[in-house]
Amino acid sequence: MPTPAFFELVKQILSKPVTNLFPSKYAPASIKKFLKKGKINPPIKTPDKFRGKLIYEKDKCIGCGMCVRVCPSSAMELVGEPPKRKIKHYVSRCTFCAICTEVCPVKCLHMSDEFLLADFDKHSENLIVG
Amino acid sequence: MSKTVNIPIGPVHPALKEPVRFTIEVEGEKVVGADYEVGYVHRGIEWAGMRQNPIKTIHLSERICGICAFCHPLCFVQAIEEIGDVEVPERAEYIRVITAELERIHSHMLWAGVAAHEIGFDSILNLTWNIREKVMDIVEYITGNRVTYGMLQIGGVRRNITEKQYPKIREATQYYRELLDKIEDVFLRDPTIRMRSRDVGILTKKRALELCAVGPTARASGVPKDVRQDFPYIAYPDLDVKAIMPEEPIGDVYDRIFVRIREIGQSADIIEQCLDQMEPGPILAEQNVAKLLADLQNFEGEAVGRAEAPRGEVFHYVRMNKNEAPLSWKARAPTYNNVQTWPDMIVGEELADVPIIVASIDPCVSCTDRVTLIKDGKEEIVTGEQLHKLSVLKTKRVMRR
Ligand code: SF4
Ligand code: SF4
Repeated sequence: MPTPAFFELVKQILSKPVTNLFPSKYAPASIKKFLKKGKINPPIKTPDKFRGKLIYEKDKCIGCGMCVRVCPSSAMELVGEPPKRKIKHYVSRCTFCAICTEVCPVKCLHMSDEFLLADFDKHSENLIVG
Repeated sequence: MSKTVNIPIGPVHPALKEPVRFTIEVEGEKVVGADYEVGYVHRGIEWAGMRQNPIKTIHLSERICGICAFCHPLCFVQAIEEIGDVEVPERAEYIRVITAELERIHSHMLWAGVAAHEIGFDSILNLTWNIREKVMDIVEYITGNRVTYGMLQIGGVRRNITEKQYPKIREATQYYRELLDKIEDVFLRDPTIRMRSRDVGILTKKRALELCAVGPTARASGVPKDVRQDFPYIAYPDLDVKAIMPEEPIGDVYDRIFVRIREIGQSADIIEQCLDQMEPGPILAEQNVAKLLADLQNFEGEAVGRAEAPRGEVFHYVRMNKNEAPLSWKARAPTYNNVQTWPDMIVGEELADVPIIVASIDPCVSCTDRVTLIKDGKEEIVTGEQLHKLSVLKTKRVMRR
C-alpha cells in the first residue's frame, strides 16, 4: 500500500539537490579539470551581514589593544612597542563574531565576504593578517 | 530458563553530539534493564567563562550547543542584564524572540529528519532537511551566518531587522504554515510511522513530573510546562504562547513527534505576531562596547537566566563581584533533565526500538557506532550500523503486517 512517504520518495528521485554546491572556482586544480574549468557551480552570493575573513587597515590602527581585549578566541595579538604598536590577526583561530570591528575606536577592522579559508597550514600567508 | 545479556553502547562516536554510554540488559529481543552514563565530554566551558570578561563569554556560550546557539547566550545575557539592571530596548526583545523562534523551527525540523532516519525512512530525512533549508536561509539573512549567529550583546541585539526584511521573513513563515499539513501527513498520518511510534517508549505524566522532564518531552507526557508560558521572558509576555500538548497525552514517541511538529506552526505564528507588534526604536542599550566593558566591572550580584530552548528549559546562573570575569557561571542544558527519563522509556521495549526512543528526547545519541555484546563473559563487537539495521528491519516487518 503506498503511504504518503512513498509519493515523496518518487518526487525526490526526480528532483535536483537543494543545497548549494561547492563553488568549483575554488576547488583544487585536479577537481577543476574534472569539472571542465570551473564552469559549473558559480559561487553563491553571501548575505549582506555575512562575516568572513577580517580586513585590517594597518595604517589607521592606533594600537589601543581593545580588539585584543574582546576577542573571544584570542585570535589577535599586539606586536611592537607603543607608538608603533600594531596587531597581528590569526584567521585560523577567528570565530567570525565581528565584536572586534565594533569595539575598534578608529574603525580599521571590517569583515569581508571571503569564506573559503581552508588551508593545509594554519600559519600560511593567507591566514595571517597584519 | 531465560538468560539476560548486557549490551553497553557508547560512549564515544563521532556522530554523537553528546557521548553517552548505555548499558542495556536484554532478554532475547526485550529490554529488561537500562542505564546510562554521561560526563564523557566535559569541556570546561564554565571554567573558561570564569576567567574572561562576559563579552567574550557571550560568544563562548554560543558554542555550548551548535543547535541551541541562541538560547544559551540568551540566558547568559539575561542573567548579566539582571545583575546590572540593564534596560533592554523593546525592539531588541522582539528581535530576540524572532531569532529564538527561528532556531526552534530549524531544530525541530532537524530532529524530525533524525527521527525518520532512526526508523529507516531516509527519504523523509531528506525531505525534512530540504524544508529546513528555508529557515536556515532566513537565519543567515537576518544574522549573517547560518549557525552561530553572534546576534546578542549585553543590553540588546547587535543587528536590526529592517522593515525591508519583513516580507522575506513573512514569506518563510507562510511557507512553513502551508507545509505543515504535508509534514503532518508524512509523520502523523503515515501508518508505518504510527506503528513504530504509537505506545513505544512511554513516559507517564507521574514519572515525567518526578524526573523533572522538560520541554517537548514533558509536554508530550501531559505536563503543561513551558518557560515561555510559565515565566515569560524577553518579549513573550506580550505574545500569545501556550504550551502545546496532545489532546490525550500518552507520553509515547508519537506524542513527542506531535508536539514538536505542532510547535513549528506555533513558532511561525509567534514570529508573525512579533513582526506585527514590533515598534521602531533602538536595539542596544549601550552602543559603545568599550564603555560597556568598563561598566561590566562595576556589576555585583547574582542572577539566573532562563529560556525555553527547542529541547526544554535552559538555565544559567551567574555571579559577578566587580571584577572583569564572573565569579561563578553555571549552565544547565535541557538534555540533562531529559536523559533521566531514558531508563523509564526503554525498559520493556524491543532492542530495535531503542534508537528511536533514545532519539525521541532529541539528544541525537542514537547513532551509536559500536556496541559490545557481552555473552557469557565473552565480548562480541556489534557496530551501531547493525543496531540501526535492526531498527530498519523492524519497520519493514511492521509494514508487512
Ligand atoms: S571576529 Fe571575533 S574571533 Fe575574529 S578576530 Fe574579531 S573578535 Fe576575534
Ligand atoms: S582596536 Fe582597532 S585601533 Fe585598537 S589595536 Fe585593535 S585594530 Fe588597532
